[in-house]
Amino acid sequence: MQGHDLAQNGGKAAVAGGRLSHRASRLGFRLFFGGPLVLWQGAFFVAPVAFMVVMTFWSVRNYQLSPDFTFSNWHKILTEYYVWDAFLRSLIGAGLAAVLSTVISFPCAYYLGLKASPRVRLLGACLIIAPFFTSFLVRAYTWRTILGDQGIVNAFLGWFNLGPARLTNDLFGTVVGYMTLVMPLVLLLQLFSLAAVDRRLIEAGQNLGCSPLQTIYRVIVPAARNGIVLAAAFAFVLSFGDLISPQVLGGSNPPTLSILIVDQVRGGLQWPRASVIAVMMVVTLTAVVAAAMRLAYRGSKDADIR
Amino acid sequence: MSYKRHVLKGYVLLVLAFIFAPIVVSFVFSFSQNRFPTLPLSAFSTIWYQKVLDEPAFAQAFGRSLTVASFTSAIATFIGFGAAYVDYRYRFFGQRVYVAMGIIPPMVPVLILGVAMLMFLSQIGLSGALYSVVIAHVVLCTPFSMALNRLRLSQMEPNLEAAAWNLGANEWRTMRMVIVPYCLPAILASVFITAAISFDEFAIAWFVSGLEETLPVRVLNMVARQSSPSVNAIGSFTFTLSLTLVVLAQLVLIASQRRASRSGPGT
Repeated sequence: MQGHDLAQNGGKAAVAGGRLSHRASRLGFRLFFGGPLVLWQGAFFVAPVAFMVVMTFWSVRNYQLSPDFTFSNWHKILTEYYVWDAFLRSLIGAGLAAVLSTVISFPCAYYLGLKASPRVRLLGACLIIAPFFTSFLVRAYTWRTILGDQGIVNAFLGWFNLGPARLTNDLFGTVVGYMTLVMPLVLLLQLFSLAAVDRRLIEAGQNLGCSPLQTIYRVIVPAARNGIVLAAAFAFVLSFGDLISPQVLGGSNPPTLSILIVDQVRGGLQWPRASVIAVMMVVTLTAVVAAAMRLAYRGSKDADIR
Repeated sequence: MSYKRHVLKGYVLLVLAFIFAPIVVSFVFSFSQNRFPTLPLSAFSTIWYQKVLDEPAFAQAFGRSLTVASFTSAIATFIGFGAAYVDYRYRFFGQRVYVAMGIIPPMVPVLILGVAMLMFLSQIGLSGALYSVVIAHVVLCTPFSMALNRLRLSQMEPNLEAAAWNLGANEWRTMRMVIVPYCLPAILASVFITAAISFDEFAIAWFVSGLEETLPVRVLNMVARQSSPSVNAIGSFTFTLSLTLVVLAQLVLIASQRRASRSGPGT
């Protein structure tokens, strides 16, 4: 703002009319660069999401949507057993993906972020970024080639007269899909937060007699807690909303919440019911993310001894 | 001590193997003759690439994806850059809400975004066309552009702008001569990244595109129906393409940085 005052002082010498047009031009400048975000996201993000909430109260008559104010969609969805069953399955699948990806990634991020030489770290980071440029759809599909009933793993098992093992069309397949989706992101976020840990903290811990394991869970994990929790929260959000893993690798039956939404929208034009499920998902995700944020920043004031 | 290090190294390789397994397998099987994956590999062949090239539906879908990605990238980069600058330069009432509008969309699952967009756009008569996909993709991509540009702006020397004003430049001129050149790397990065996100996005596009299938939507519809190695061919092709684009973007960046450092410090 300081620079702006300077510019204003310069303008004082100008005649009043010139200042007015200058002010108008400044307003135009702000609107030109700042306005589009409000217009676009207001019209095509805020409005659709708000409309979706309104839609939960509409009704469907003779395959026609009609504006209404009824709670019957809510009643219908919230009292169905299969909805809660799907809800639980989504929750378990996404929870597993978040926990597993966090635990599996950590030693890897620990090595690359703190132990490896800068060159190896850079190479590792590049390798982790590469999957972002492949289609997740194709990767999930390829897991079916690997794990499917006639897939590579089962062909391999067949040579030893083992199997066939059922690796797709169940929760295992779905979670493999979720992991494929979230592992690169979790690894990358953990790598960033571990690489940013102050080395002096680690040395101090070692000087005070921490064993290597103690250093990890008493110094490194608390110092990198924000990033680790954030990564896990991302993993949960992405998996919870993913429809490819349960469909391509999970066999889509029994369904997850995302499969239910697709069925309601594509199958029977049951948009109001789909909206109810979508609102359920958004509420769940908001609660989980809020809890994660509290966990990440809880007591961080006390931990901040700098 | 050193054997522990080796165990750790082996573990890292194992995790990377998990991440790369589907990419490598897809690549390998895209050159395999058999429709179903077999071990040992059947004869080498490019039949699946030929198949993809022969079917006009793929070329059309590819063209649509490119169109959508170009428009999305241009619009999202402009909106994101402008919003990042306004957030950086001004303090105003409702700024937190303003910034939130530029952050939240990617945190909402694409599935829900897709459903919400479908309902809303079809209600106002804008769904089922290629521009519907652009509308939706801009919502999703703008936050990435805004974040990249905001990060770049926060690294800018604050007096740079004030100096331009003192030298008599107005906002527009300062924007053109100082801000945009400084942000150019972020702008370029945002052009490529938003294009890549849009090119790869299938959930929203699946809902709002109607009959105008983009490439990922086409793949999704194929995967849902049957097992087809053409998917491997498409995947390997687009992977190679996007990797080339990224490498090109990197080269442009490095070249521009070299030029900047040669023309003197301070840029």
